[in-house]
Amino acid sequence: MSIAERVRARTPLRRWVGLGAATVVWFVLYALNGRFWTWLVHDVVGLDLTSRLGSGVLFFVSDSAKILLLLIGIIFIVTVLRSFMSVERTRAMLGGKREGLGNVMAAGLGVITPFCSCSAVPAFIGFVAAGVPLGVTLSFLIASPLVNEVAIALLFGMFGIGPTALYIGAGLVIAVVAGFTLGRLKLERWVEPFVFETRLGGQVVDSTASLTWDDRIQMGVEEVGNILRRIWPYLLVGIGLGAVIHGWAPADFFVRYAGRGNPFAVLIAVGIGIPLYSNAAGVMPLVQVLHDKGLPMGTLLAFMMAVVALSLPEMILLRRVLKPPLIATFVAVTGLGIVAVGYLFNAVIPS
Amino acid sequence: MIIKILGSGCANCVNLERVTREAAGELGLDAQFEKVTDYGAIAGYGVMRTPGLVVDEQLVLSGRVPTTAQVRDILAPLAS
Repeated sequence: MSIAERVRARTPLRRWVGLGAATVVWFVLYALNGRFWTWLVHDVVGLDLTSRLGSGVLFFVSDSAKILLLLIGIIFIVTVLRSFMSVERTRAMLGGKREGLGNVMAAGLGVITPFCSCSAVPAFIGFVAAGVPLGVTLSFLIASPLVNEVAIALLFGMFGIGPTALYIGAGLVIAVVAGFTLGRLKLERWVEPFVFETRLGGQVVDSTASLTWDDRIQMGVEEVGNILRRIWPYLLVGIGLGAVIHGWAPADFFVRYAGRGNPFAVLIAVGIGIPLYSNAAGVMPLVQVLHDKGLPMGTLLAFMMAVVALSLPEMILLRRVLKPPLIATFVAVTGLGIVAVGYLFNAVIPS
Repeated sequence: MIIKILGSGCANCVNLERVTREAAGELGLDAQFEKVTDYGAIAGYGVMRTPGLVVDEQLVLSGRVPTTAQVRDILAPLAS
């Protein structure tokens, strides 16, 4: 029996009572998180919280628990909301749209459409073969991983609404501008020819149209499990590294090399971030610690965007449909957009 | 009945094949299973989010892993 059949609520009443109870439990746990771990590490284990070891350990455990709670809450809500959208509907909305407006819509839809980059290739073929312009399709493919629920959950939990809104806005602008630029460059000759020759057969099944509330809630629960199973190693490594830097790195180490004094800091951060394969969950704990150590927000957000938007495995996947010159151009244009945003943020956000 | 599982070998495709085999077994269907991993072919069926389920060349489901009961409901009317 699948999870769906085991925890499925049988009546509407039970479903809403269950959801309500889960919400209350979530808020209580979130409110008590910091106090609980301080009590455990300090009063029970007896570590000195002003020592390196004590503060490092406390950071590690309380941050892990806090991030876990945020992820569970936001992934669930986002999955349920997204179950009202589908890639099929997105394509239908983008079909026949010209560049410009099409890029803006594609970036927005990239954020709210349920989509995983593992489906980037069939989605790419489906969009392009259905006549959605190349640049518009790329706007969608850039926005989807860049502005994702994990990044939003973590940014919001750690830095509040301001930096989160900036991040979402910047991500959308990058996706629109990069997609539009790539469309203008007329790169169709570097798309594998079979993409244009693919005939879309059969009727289109809207994957989310006929779902009930139970189905949607169920998908939310399962998606939380799926994503957590996928990202926990990155998360632990990220928090672990964060804890080490938090407790042991000399206070001015990072500021000296990557702070405002170094005009190349954003460029270097993006250069390091592009090939790195991690996700927002692995990067965010580092971002938080480095921010505490005095690095400017623009450099850090640019680093995170480079990590989540562009990665080696995704490029290898896209190689099935795109020829190397187009992949290189794609990375270069998107990377430049991220660098520009990094410098812009550093210029406008006072540290 | 020919049942095709569309997907490039991700965990979802394996799960979809498992529940579909269970459902076909419960219905006592004489079904032949095939895997479609070629992206061009997958997109050709109209699938943009793997995994996809095709029964006798008709796409019946895509984008998620259903429960065994849901697949049973899909397969039952197609069995005759």
